[in-house]
Amino acid sequence: MQVWQLLRQTGWMIVRQLRNLMREPIWIALMIVQPLIWLLLYGQLFSRVGALRGGASTYIEFLAPGIVCMNAFFGGSWSGMAMIADLNRNVIDRFLAAPASRFAIVLSQVVRAGITAVIQALLLLLLGLALGVRVHGGVAGWFVVLAAAALLAMAFAGFSHGIALLVRKEASMIAAANFVGLPLMFISAILIPPRQMPNWIAQLSRFNPVNWGVHAARNAILVGGDWAASGMYLGLLVAATAVTSMFATWCFRSYQRSI
Amino acid sequence: MDAIVAEELRKRYKGVQALDGVSFAVREGEVFGLLGPNGAGKSTTVRTLATLTQPDSGRALVAGEDVVRHPNRVRRSIGYVAQDSGVDWEATGRENLLLQGRIHGMAGAPLRARVDELLELVGLRDAADRVARGYSGGMKRRLDIAIGLVHRPKVLFLDEPTTGLDPEARAAMWVEVERLAAQESLTILLTTHYLEEADRLAERVAIVSRGKVVVEGTPAELKANLRGELVTVELGEVDGRIDTAAALVRSLDDASEVSVEGRHVRARVPNGAQAIPTILSALDGGGYAVASVTTARPSLDDVYLHYTGRDFATEDAGGN
Repeated sequence: MQVWQLLRQTGWMIVRQLRNLMREPIWIALMIVQPLIWLLLYGQLFSRVGALRGGASTYIEFLAPGIVCMNAFFGGSWSGMAMIADLNRNVIDRFLAAPASRFAIVLSQVVRAGITAVIQALLLLLLGLALGVRVHGGVAGWFVVLAAAALLAMAFAGFSHGIALLVRKEASMIAAANFVGLPLMFISAILIPPRQMPNWIAQLSRFNPVNWGVHAARNAILVGGDWAASGMYLGLLVAATAVTSMFATWCFRSYQRSI
Repeated sequence: MDAIVAEELRKRYKGVQALDGVSFAVREGEVFGLLGPNGAGKSTTVRTLATLTQPDSGRALVAGEDVVRHPNRVRRSIGYVAQDSGVDWEATGRENLLLQGRIHGMAGAPLRARVDELLELVGLRDAADRVARGYSGGMKRRLDIAIGLVHRPKVLFLDEPTTGLDPEARAAMWVEVERLAAQESLTILLTTHYLEEADRLAERVAIVSRGKVVVEGTPAELKANLRGELVTVELGEVDGRIDTAAALVRSLDDASEVSVEGRHVRARVPNGAQAIPTILSALDGGGYAVASVTTARPSLDDVYLHYTGRDFATEDAGGN
């Protein structure tokens, strides 16, 4: 299929998903409020533990990029629910019996998850601003944080859609998202700096894609962040997104064998 | 030229042979019915022809293209209306149609005009900009058909188009399909487990049972092959002598397939009007009082029973 057709189909499918979401006021309200509550709640919970600041002037400044990433990767992990809804409504079959690219179907869902994560990241950074969080990396820093959020959401969205196509049941999808999501959150520097972790968790966390996003974003926010490291981590996330999106596209085969 | 050719299609799911060598051909411009009870393999056949499912073996051509080797070419020529609606509930009728057109590479004013035309055709003009979640079952079904038609396909697959509809909506759907069939260029393959639906809509039918086509032909041909009509005689008092009555009928030259049920004796005869006087006088001679006589031309129900040796309704209930 021509690249132009692929992009065109992807674009219109993204329009469809965003438009459908805009018709869900409760979804919009929760999407806005939930990450803000996390930031406020966790920010308060650990605010007195000085050792957790990890080079930031306040814990909330340390935490803000972590919550941005936590929110992005949770959003991505759960995004496969949309695929299950489409499978149940036969919308996917309708696309597949038409000359719709399987990759476009996946890519549209993945990009949609990225857009949602960027909007949430912006809201979090604005709330952070009000709470005294400064993005010391400047304008470029903002872009790095938003890119980290987008890529984390997209990498996990690819994975989530692959799982959705394999299990095709809400209950299994929820179990899978929890099984993967919570451990990855705790084997990461979202809430505490690696220095304060037991050594084996710190070592393990280096292979955790969630952590790649956290480090990329945190470097952009803290004073004297390591830009090269941010770049490398974003690069790793781009690669992860490519791999999981291809995995999800490949999972269409499994789905089509089953119907 | 044949619009659809299926040759020896086989497909096995975990422990179930869904297709066991399905073969049939559909001529261009024809309305063809796949008739069979639930679980006979109709939907799997349609999914295979619509490139959704890959057969384990066998070959199928749709609009001249091989469904396994060139699925995307097939997809450009077909409209597929699934058994369960493929409507996006959160989108409006118009948005559903526009997206499907765009997937087919349509754009701009021609696409918008085509969508308007279809909304008019299926009677959804006034509901076009409402979210489909609020549509009735019949409206969703009509939107499904419009979605299948947006790119002007050569072949339209309708998988159980009236299942789940109330009688009124079903009648409306029949009119809809008949109107589509009137377009010479469109070939329609519909599946149904309603005998009367196949009888009314399809120019030719293939009866599918347990993953195989057992017989293929026009409804009239299939019924004519049964030769004759079914005569049912209801007797008055029989005092346990019903079998003797059946034997009397069986001894007549014209009567075949004589069966007994309660106080009813059934027989197949070449011509009901000629046979009834003979049957009645035979029974009268045996001292039987006749309460009523009915004749019936064979239905597709009888055809099903004849070719599969199984009762359609029982098979249908067992398929779920």
